[in-house]
Amino acid sequence: MDYRFVKTTCPFCGCGCQMFLEVMDGKLIGTLPVKNAKMNQGKLCIKGWSAHEFVQSPDRLTQPLVRKNGRLEEASWEEALDTVASRLSSIRDAHGGNSLAFLSSARCTNEENYLLQKLCRAGFGTNNVDHCARL
Amino acid sequence: MTNSIPEIEDADCVFVIGSNTTEAHPLVAYRVFRALRKGAKLIVVDPRKTQLAQLAHIHVRIRFGTDVAFLNGMIHAIVKNNWQNREFIEARTEGFEDLEKMTQKYSPEEASEICGVPTDAIREVARLYATSKTSTILYTLGITEHSHGVDNVKSLANLAMLTGHIGKPSSGVNPLRGQNNVQGACDMGALPNVYPGYQIVTNPDIMAKFEKAWGISLSQDVGRTIPDMMDGLIDGSIKGMYIFGENSVESDPNIHHVRRALTSAEFLVVQEIFLTQTAQLAHVVLPGASWGEVEGTFSNTERKVQRVRKAVEPPGQARPNWVILSEIGRRMGLKMDYSSAEDVFEEIRSLTPSFAGITYDRLHDEEIQWPCPSVDHPGTQFLHKGQFTRGRGLFHAIAYRPSEELPDAEFPFILTTGRRYAHYHTRTMTVRCPSLEREFPGPMAQIHVRDAEKLGLNDGDSIKVASRRGEIVTPVKIGDTVPEGAIFMDFHFQEANPNWLLGTSLDPVSKTPDYKVCPVRLEKHPTDGL
Ligand code: SF4
Repeated sequence: MDYRFVKTTCPFCGCGCQMFLEVMDGKLIGTLPVKNAKMNQGKLCIKGWSAHEFVQSPDRLTQPLVRKNGRLEEASWEEALDTVASRLSSIRDAHGGNSLAFLSSARCTNEENYLLQKLCRAGFGTNNVDHCARL
Repeated sequence: MTNSIPEIEDADCVFVIGSNTTEAHPLVAYRVFRALRKGAKLIVVDPRKTQLAQLAHIHVRIRFGTDVAFLNGMIHAIVKNNWQNREFIEARTEGFEDLEKMTQKYSPEEASEICGVPTDAIREVARLYATSKTSTILYTLGITEHSHGVDNVKSLANLAMLTGHIGKPSSGVNPLRGQNNVQGACDMGALPNVYPGYQIVTNPDIMAKFEKAWGISLSQDVGRTIPDMMDGLIDGSIKGMYIFGENSVESDPNIHHVRRALTSAEFLVVQEIFLTQTAQLAHVVLPGASWGEVEGTFSNTERKVQRVRKAVEPPGQARPNWVILSEIGRRMGLKMDYSSAEDVFEEIRSLTPSFAGITYDRLHDEEIQWPCPSVDHPGTQFLHKGQFTRGRGLFHAIAYRPSEELPDAEFPFILTTGRRYAHYHTRTMTVRCPSLEREFPGPMAQIHVRDAEKLGLNDGDSIKVASRRGEIVTPVKIGDTVPEGAIFMDFHFQEANPNWLLGTSLDPVSKTPDYKVCPVRLEKHPTDGL
């Protein structure tokens, strides 16, 4: 039996409670509040206590999908990434960078948000990037 | 937030407006309970009788969308009774005369006329807030999700500056940010007008700095906001869209409009962990690794930057988002050869002064709140100490404007929306947490007993809710949580999602849609149950 705790931050609300993910044999089995975190002091709400459950859902996407003849079909990473880069570039070349728009995510990490806005601004020359802070 | 969450428990007066704190921010509510135990006065301003409202010393049951009138009434009472903080106003602010002049039109009597709050309550709330030693304001989407959300926020800032309740421990204006990293997404410049660290895109020096760092020329035009992007897809000025971890189809107001927008796209990419309704419309779907499977950081509502860590491997071929985004960047000719999330963070801190002093090493055993300009800086527990960002704090004289769409004979009820304790937004994540699904398995609208009597409804009956945009059917719960003439619905369930009904009224400045005031008609629905 391989049993570990990994310290992390709750993925649900802006409180940012500190928790340990419990991992047994490569699977998430639960969460535990960090007792000496200033904010949550050993507490979690019901969402935090259940946070590990969605990660291993059978509904997770496991393969890139590309639409062919109107249907989303499984594809290789190379094909999916090449399609994204070439279709977005051809729209930019034909209509300018401002004909593209990027939506980032308030659920994802700082590093990921940084890279998305960099991709938008540096890769396509537009400031059309936003996320749902307004919503 | 200008302050930190733990400071709330030491406030003498906690002023909660437009926040269902116990359900939306449970661990902030816990600090409010601690404050109560330490003797704080609690004021809750909300049309609904929320759990926190029931514990309040004063529950101000304001009419929907009349916050500015109420707050101006408070300001009027404070000035009239000389409860303002003269020293603070003189030393730290400007524009007080304009505010004083404008609020003369909002005597408690006049304000009461608009917001429906008794004059005595306006005066008493004003006294408690102004004269307590420390007073803190907590607010959320009940303030911002209006067609006049920016006015609401500025009015709260007026109140805090007028009384000097800002820039010290346990005193400030504290928006409770909803999603786990909405603060961080803003901090990282996922906004049309700013680069990371709120550095504005129209400033040539800033642009030059980023052009040098990224090795490419950049655009000086401010970009478009989400509602504007959706309109752009429909009118053809936007042709391609990249959606990263966002279920727009179910979370934006007016679902018909968003569906039409996204299906108009020539090319739509969605990077996601589940095949959401939005992903189903895409031309390419990229499977990202989830929380629990990647390294990185979130910024919480207190501006505290905290680590998230990898515990397990992503399923199948799913890849960390930073890897996917770098792969596309490389194909576009950018230098994006990062070796880890930490590597990305190093680039962030080299370009973002408020993050410059934060490192993964420090986050290992320190709790750091930005701004943190250097590695020997401890971080910043509360903002605006001694000085505001712009120097002097500016009062904004703001007149009350009614909500854009008001009830009439055809649509006499006000629909207002919000979230539930056990769920989170469109439930993409929580529907897959069995413990949370059990807790709150289906939609349930709330209406007042007297309205239920008039409509001949019993608990659990179904009603049809119709607006100018569409109609949905939902079971109802009868009680006195919502006032007469109103209906409350959550937005967690696709089958009864009030976003089908909402309009597209936006705040003119922030472009935030109005999720809180929408006129509707209610009818008993013939079939029992759903
Ligand atoms: S445990 Fe609850 S209160 Fe804490 S961050 Fe998660 S959702 Fe928010």
